[in-house]
Amino acid sequence: MSTFVSDFKTRATEKAGDLRHRLVIRTALRSYEIIRDKRKAAFQSWESARQAAAETKWEAVNHLDKHLEALTAKLEARGTKVHWASNGEQAREIIAQILRDKKARCIIKSKAMTSEEIHLNHALEKEGFTVVESDLGEFIVQLRHEPPYHIVFPSMHLTRGEIKDLFQKELGDAPSDSPEELTMVARRVMRQKYITADVGFTGANFAIAETGMISITENEGNARLTAALPKTMITLMGIEKVLPRFSDLALFLPMLATAGAGQPMTCYNTMYSGPRQPGECDGPEEWHVVLLDNRRTELLADAEQRDALHCIRCGACLNVCPIFRNVGGHTYGTTYSGPVGSVITPHLRGLQEWKHLSNASSLCGACTEACPVKIDLHHHLLQNRRNASASEPAFFERLAYQIFGIVANEPLFWSLAKKIGWLTQPLQRALKGSALDPAKAWTKTRDLPPLPRESFKDWWKKRK
Amino acid sequence: MTVTLFIPCFMDALYPRAGISMVEILERLGHTVICPDAIACCGQPPFNSGYHAEAHTIATPVLEKLADAEAVVIGSGSCGAMVKNFYPELFKATRHAELAARVAARTWEFSDFLVSKLGVTNLGAKFPHKVTFHDGCHGLRELGIHKQPRALLTNVRDLELVEMTEVSCCGFGGTFAAKFPMISTAMGEVKCASAAETGAEYIVSSDSSCLMHIQGLLSRQGKPTKTISLAEVLNHQ
Repeated sequence: MSTFVSDFKTRATEKAGDLRHRLVIRTALRSYEIIRDKRKAAFQSWESARQAAAETKWEAVNHLDKHLEALTAKLEARGTKVHWASNGEQAREIIAQILRDKKARCIIKSKAMTSEEIHLNHALEKEGFTVVESDLGEFIVQLRHEPPYHIVFPSMHLTRGEIKDLFQKELGDAPSDSPEELTMVARRVMRQKYITADVGFTGANFAIAETGMISITENEGNARLTAALPKTMITLMGIEKVLPRFSDLALFLPMLATAGAGQPMTCYNTMYSGPRQPGECDGPEEWHVVLLDNRRTELLADAEQRDALHCIRCGACLNVCPIFRNVGGHTYGTTYSGPVGSVITPHLRGLQEWKHLSNASSLCGACTEACPVKIDLHHHLLQNRRNASASEPAFFERLAYQIFGIVANEPLFWSLAKKIGWLTQPLQRALKGSALDPAKAWTKTRDLPPLPRESFKDWWKKRK
Repeated sequence: MTVTLFIPCFMDALYPRAGISMVEILERLGHTVICPDAIACCGQPPFNSGYHAEAHTIATPVLEKLADAEAVVIGSGSCGAMVKNFYPELFKATRHAELAARVAARTWEFSDFLVSKLGVTNLGAKFPHKVTFHDGCHGLRELGIHKQPRALLTNVRDLELVEMTEVSCCGFGGTFAAKFPMISTAMGEVKCASAAETGAEYIVSSDSSCLMHIQGLLSRQGKPTKTISLAEVLNHQ
């Protein structure tokens, strides 16, 4: 068993039985669902909006080459430097080189999952740069030296009491556990960092091919400061973030806010079109946009699952997923967790090593129902299972299905199997849940139903 | 009408009462019920695990035996989704592609058949208990069945239907329950807690597999809530 799967199982087992964790996450996401539904109802038709968004994303992704060229041309025309990175290593090197050229020491960052994907902070810190996360949730998890728990709510697994203790320990300042006061503590620390930072680093929510703009959505104003104060700005974005037209934002901004956090609109939505232009009084002097592939083009080549590139990283599928709710974000061991993470991680990081994420699903379909851009998430999990089994079948599992097939196809064998089950029932009960119980995976926590002496088919035959 | 009743493997082996209730209800409504002995399983377990060749082995004879059925009624939303939605995918580009599409179009989940095809919502049943209804995910999301079982339950005399505030999976998920038992158990516990919040005496469902999981947890934890299939409630006097 690869370490990824055994680590996943160990962490999942631990978290799934953690009742405190279950309560914290269930309470938070229950209130999310209520407010999200209220906001969805404000759309004239949420279903039509989803359809329109899916079609726009289809157009964007199926003509990605064209849109990326248009985006790049527009960005460059206003003095932005555009870099192309095939993988994480290249992206890290491009970014590090900019920092070296600028003789930078301190980098302030607004939220960017792409930077988590390429493990940017770790690489930069190893080179001696100071990296500060300015999104409050990211700031908190950075203090804890852990990755974000959720792609939109990085520190949702922590209570205000835990954050108070963390601030007291790491910052030496935590007057109370009131969210307002704790935010003021973080704000005071961050403001100093903004002033001293040499480079501001951002992600991107959308990129507009038509106008050559990057759109950044946030609630705290930290991304605006990140982009406004330091002299150099770097933006790292996945190539799938592109939208064809500026007017597409009229749909995507409220949709992202609604699906992501149950907001009508996120507090700050900013479109960046270039570095400071002659005559302008603010903005960075230099802007670098790094376009990241990192195996997205392999997903693009897969016609069946290409729509996974529609993802706007709203987190809606995580929020409704009963697996995510019970095992939590850190259990996945991936940058992108929850259903969309389970779909794309096998493509981004290897099918055989990460297929367990596609298996760890009851295929309930809550994710597909919640996805604002209509990614066929739970069916993609099935396709990953099919692809994984076809290329490397598990010997005993396949054998079990072959035997089951023989039994199921022959009424005599099927009838015999039921009889054997009935006869061995007392023995199974005696062994229930023990190491010798062949059904222990089930019986450790659950009872098996008693097998009736007469099956339906017995009854039917007798009746006839 | 001649109805070919497809009793899923676990219902045949573990919950014959649910299947018997279906037969009695359909016959009371004046239909002829046939139940092919040679059909045991729809092939969903290997299909959901990604073993398509093994799923083919099971599904091909099933499909052939259903070829001439006037209407196929399945006692499970999950197996119903397998035949209606996934057979066409499984048999895509095979010699059975056309047959799979034809059978899929004539296949109904039990409650959907009663309400949508036959237009029946009142079966004259009586069940003097407070119940909550658990939607099996495949019935709910693959087949879009939500109103049908509720239409049937609201016409059962002396039955009080209370909805759970949280629509969630019971955690069964076929082989998932054995491959990831702790996640599956946690999901089941959340489901049981939601049901307990309603104060219902019974959890009713169209899917015996979900009920097997829920009941397995309730029994182990010594909880008083009981489970019963929709067909048994509808056949109760």
